[in-house]
Amino acid sequence: MINTIWFLLIFLGIIYSLFSGNLQEINNAILKEAEAGVLFSINLIGIMSFWLGVMNIAEKSGILKKISRLFKIPIKMLFPGVPDNHPAQRWIIMNLISNMFGIGNGATAFGLKAMKELNSLNQNKKRASNAMCMFLVINMSSVQLVPLTVIKMRMDLGSKNPMEIIAPAFLATSVSLIVGIITVKLLEVKYRC
Amino acid sequence: MLNAISVIIIPFIVGTILLYGWLKGEDIYSLFIEGAKEGLKTSIKIMPYLIAIFIAVGIFRASGAMNMMQTLFEPVNKILKIPEGILPLIIIRPISGSGALGAVKDVLEHWGPDSFQGRVASIMMGSTETIFYTISVYFGSIGVKDYRYTLKAALISYAVSIFSSILIAGIFFR
Repeated sequence: MINTIWFLLIFLGIIYSLFSGNLQEINNAILKEAEAGVLFSINLIGIMSFWLGVMNIAEKSGILKKISRLFKIPIKMLFPGVPDNHPAQRWIIMNLISNMFGIGNGATAFGLKAMKELNSLNQNKKRASNAMCMFLVINMSSVQLVPLTVIKMRMDLGSKNPMEIIAPAFLATSVSLIVGIITVKLLEVKYRC
Repeated sequence: MLNAISVIIIPFIVGTILLYGWLKGEDIYSLFIEGAKEGLKTSIKIMPYLIAIFIAVGIFRASGAMNMMQTLFEPVNKILKIPEGILPLIIIRPISGSGALGAVKDVLEHWGPDSFQGRVASIMMGSTETIFYTISVYFGSIGVKDYRYTLKAALISYAVSIFSSILIAGIFFR
């Protein structure tokens, strides 16, 4: 499916610009975006190393284990395939917590780490496990307590109450999160190998 | 108040972790270095996936096909009672985070941040995520090729978040 979407984005773009006559824009976009992709990942190195370094201290000193214990029951329910006290549990929890507090870069670092640990439990390394699908869908429902960027934007544009969207956004997220979890559980049965 | 919390959160987390490690007598400096080594590897590993996504979205946007798609979807928009002006955001949100921020800004500037549209756009931005980026980068980093039903479930959840954003905005602000 990603295959198809990727193809369509590029192919439709090229066809459309053939007709509208702005093919030069395509050439510019390729050059610009290729560079943007490189810069993005290079820029990520520093902050990613920082978070992975700090979290390695948290992991080895045992504080991460203590925090994880608080979330034991929901994690076990959502990820029955992940054994108790497995590192994957801890990285999943850290990813969700950082998402909640809007620490985007930290969330990415911990999320990628969680995927690595989940793959160590995976039988077929090329195929997503149930736990991975569940993790990504929860992650993408993006439970962020305070969507700061948007609030800042509203403030700058003169909103009378920039923060009034916090509660509704949280509600909307919760609804989509619950539906996401149910969908994953249903599809899990349908896609069983 | 809110600003203070967001300023304090990262130093607080880092400080707590360091203090705990130090009190436990761990060699925190070496542990940091050991963990940080992975940052470089991971960032480089996801680079090809980022380039692939950026180029595809860039071409689609630069060609003008994105605008055409909005025109195509306009009738659907009317049937589903999606507020006027929100469609560009709905289309771009799953494929590009920065693009989505731009779309929200357009709505806020055009209709005003305290308009119904402005509120719906803000709520949507706060309750959704860049699906294609997340899926390809997360799976790409570990070499998983078969995503199974992840994208399908994510899109269903995305559709739900769009409609719940509109509905909830209606309940809160009308």
